[in-house]
Amino acid sequence: MTLQTPNGMSRRHFMGHLAASAATIPALNFIAHVKANAAELKKKNKACILLWMSGGPPSIDIWDLKPDSKNGGEFKPIATKGNLQISEHMPKTAGVMNHLSVVRAMSTREADHNRGRYYMHTAYVPNPTVVHPAFGSVVSYELGTQRKELEIPAFVSIGGGGTSPGFMGMAHAPFLVDSSGRIRNADMDDVSPERLQQRLSMLGVIEDDFIKSNRGEFPQAHKDIYKKAVNLMTSKQMDAFKVDQEKAETLAMYTGAPAQGGMMGGGGQFGRSLLMARRLVETGVPFVEIDFGGWDLHQQVFNNLKTQKLPALDAGISGLVNDLKQRNMLDDVCIVWMGEFGRTPRINQDTGRDHWAKSWSVMIGGGGLKGGVAVGETNKDGDDIATDKTYLPGDIWATVAHQLGIPLETVHQSKRGRPMKIANGGAAIKELLS
Amino acid sequence: MHRSTQWVFATLAGISILCGAATVSAAEQEFTTGSSDVIIQFINQQIRQSWTDNEVQPSPVAEDTEWVRRVYLDLIGSIPPVEDVEAFVADKDKAKRAKLIDKLLDDPGYVRNWTTIWTNLCIGQQTPRFVSRDGMQKFFREAFGRNRPWKDIVSDIVTAEGHYEQNGAVNFILAQMQDRDDGVQLTAKTCRLFMGMQVQCTQCHNHPFNDWKQDQFWQFNSFFRQTDKQDHRKFNPQTGRMEDDYAEVKWRDFNGPVYFEKRNGLMQVAFPIYLGSEVNPGAETERRKELAKLMTAGDRPMISLALVNRLWGHFFSYGFTRPVDDIGPHNPATHPELMDRLADEFVKSGYDMKQLMRWVTNSEAYNLTSKGLPKKNDKDNPAAGETALFTHVYVKPMSAEQLYDSLIVATSAHKSGRSGWEQSERQRQQWMQQFVRAFGNDMAEESNSFDGTIPQALMMMNTNPKPAGDTPTLMSGAVSLEAGSHLTDLMTSPGTDVQKIQKLYMAALTRMPTRSELNGLQRFVKSSRDQKAAYQDIFWALLNSNEFILVH
Repeated sequence: MTLQTPNGMSRRHFMGHLAASAATIPALNFIAHVKANAAELKKKNKACILLWMSGGPPSIDIWDLKPDSKNGGEFKPIATKGNLQISEHMPKTAGVMNHLSVVRAMSTREADHNRGRYYMHTAYVPNPTVVHPAFGSVVSYELGTQRKELEIPAFVSIGGGGTSPGFMGMAHAPFLVDSSGRIRNADMDDVSPERLQQRLSMLGVIEDDFIKSNRGEFPQAHKDIYKKAVNLMTSKQMDAFKVDQEKAETLAMYTGAPAQGGMMGGGGQFGRSLLMARRLVETGVPFVEIDFGGWDLHQQVFNNLKTQKLPALDAGISGLVNDLKQRNMLDDVCIVWMGEFGRTPRINQDTGRDHWAKSWSVMIGGGGLKGGVAVGETNKDGDDIATDKTYLPGDIWATVAHQLGIPLETVHQSKRGRPMKIANGGAAIKELLS
Repeated sequence: MHRSTQWVFATLAGISILCGAATVSAAEQEFTTGSSDVIIQFINQQIRQSWTDNEVQPSPVAEDTEWVRRVYLDLIGSIPPVEDVEAFVADKDKAKRAKLIDKLLDDPGYVRNWTTIWTNLCIGQQTPRFVSRDGMQKFFREAFGRNRPWKDIVSDIVTAEGHYEQNGAVNFILAQMQDRDDGVQLTAKTCRLFMGMQVQCTQCHNHPFNDWKQDQFWQFNSFFRQTDKQDHRKFNPQTGRMEDDYAEVKWRDFNGPVYFEKRNGLMQVAFPIYLGSEVNPGAETERRKELAKLMTAGDRPMISLALVNRLWGHFFSYGFTRPVDDIGPHNPATHPELMDRLADEFVKSGYDMKQLMRWVTNSEAYNLTSKGLPKKNDKDNPAAGETALFTHVYVKPMSAEQLYDSLIVATSAHKSGRSGWEQSERQRQQWMQQFVRAFGNDMAEESNSFDGTIPQALMMMNTNPKPAGDTPTLMSGAVSLEAGSHLTDLMTSPGTDVQKIQKLYMAALTRMPTRSELNGLQRFVKSSRDQKAAYQDIFWALLNSNEFILVH
């Protein structure tokens, strides 16, 4: 698959637009206008891939090891190509850490699965009076709506559940697929296109009458979703979901499995999902979330990490970074790795770790961010932040927004008209900006 | 009620407006389903008061066809069959709405509907490992079938012990004990589901909004510490593997306090105390039995408020608080006096769920149309975050089960004698899994309403009887033209095109087509080369419409 030309204006269109503008706008505004257009154009192929570690990953065993502490556990740190050490069970990722950074001073207060999930996805703590959108829905709203050529949803979630689009509305809800990429019910072989059109036009009449009967928002929302579903069914961009069109060697980069052999369990699925994510962002999807679950490791944390979770994670992350780099996409695609919270530095009686939100790590890289940096640090035992500044999910999402070209001054409105700052007013992390 | 309507009403009634109170009491008698009860009157009066206070006006009473569809969906979980609608519309009895409510409360569909709802609430849409969905359903089927008092149902669930099929009530506890978490999840879910209190975050810290403190969470939690979940596996000689056999809840020796960690790292103790009532922490106390007694004691226990609020939310889309399971001083109710009174009366009725539903469904607000009135009640828009005033009935999407069961009714499949509860339940479950939308966390919080996702729309549109490597889609059955199908029966029965189109409308939308709909479709049928295909297309459009899939 070749890299598509950026969505939006073609170069000729762009130049023509400039010429026309030059004639009509005062000279002083001209430069600003050119700059704005250039920024606009730059936004066209920006994207973010969120690696969601459902259950709450033990970042202390992955990104911020404590070998000299009683809390350190079984793993040793190793050197990387960046200016930081990570777990010995992430050797391939160590080789690409010059592109990835770790924010080691996350302090996020929510240690319940649901609340942590909500907080990390939205940057807002749950509040009974309003439902905040997951950041993927914000990106769908900000960037997806501008990408007129995009026929598939602007926020795709692979292998996981849905997060709420909140006050962004169902139009910006994540589109859920599993790692097979198969969209159920998308091919309706029994009905000719003409006949489908016939059915849809009849449907349109019934729906419009009901919409006009003044019964709130659901009737219109239903019609909107059907329109999207029909667009999707007929789009060539559906190919983006078909991971099987890739070469076996490419898939093997992501799964760590030999190109010929079968893929191993969860690792195979995670790798496939990542590869699908790359295909999707290549097609113009601005936000893809991948769910990699099973991190709620109250028991047997080390054995589980060593034999199952980390080999898959290591192959997946390194595969994604290398593939994006080869395709010259790494500077446009932000990669964010997080879960609901970290896990307790203290190891419990079942050799597990419990929920811990006070001091943990999030990995972030690509998208033109500085790699190889450790931002902030935890203390010797890992149970508190040792540096002055701590970071919130809003800071992570503000950093992503900054790289995607979404202004941090952006304010959305809740359905009640309450102003909501993008990323809850978080600030882009300056250590990561180049 | 707005002053100008009062005036109009007073004039119509031929009395002068000398006394405001007289017009208000006259207005109260304006609507009745035929059932008169002081509590129904109290509901009407309280709701009307909130209209007056907020200067909004109610929408008119719903047409019979609109209302009958709604009350079937809400009480028994599916749309009404055409014959029932025709009989109801033709009935001249002024008390016919009250009569129908009573009839539906005694319908087998009532038991099935509420069994589905409470099974989903207790164990989720996806059955967790070592939990028996059949067992849970059997428990509720029996409970709702006999209209057992709600407090007995709650008490059975909280105190349940034993094998997951022999005592189905244990499945609630089993489903909350998926992790070895010292009953933390069980504590939180019991509070939330049965008491309408969200305390899950007080596990680790004092609640940011409500009055619960961290020690209260652990005090409540200590009631569940004598609970042990045991999973049993057995060897299957055919496969040569160990397989899941059954699970049970057993007694576990435990006495004294529980220990928990404060945020500052200090350990603290908590004894079994329920909202201030202390229980002997000794080994001889059966703590869950004591808890059940405390939960169900008094004139207005939390379980009563929680159920009243949840049921109000079921019928009106919005409870008195939002969400329905977060009651407390931090989250003021929209109609506090009404909520409290209903809770009191529910207790006095002996926790009679059918009686509670009878009060709610016979109220004026429940009998209004779902059409809003421009300018007169635009303000009443809870979807936009406004306080719910119930000036019209808010539209809500069908649940997955309602949709499935309604398709069965619309296509008359319910008449073709399907084989019993178990088989039809299995088919329904299979299909359900297609669009149960699980949130992607390990705690598996789910939502299954048909709330408009693209995969749901695709599933509804697809009529393919033979998708590659897959079972036929649900819609392929609904619009099938095979012998014996609903559409074939319609085609081969006598009647004009007009009558056939009308039948399809009644079956799917519980109403007659408008004149312009009828004209357009008649022309479409006439001009079609293939008549069968034309009817198939019409039925497809009706079943895919917003009007079909929304409860209104």
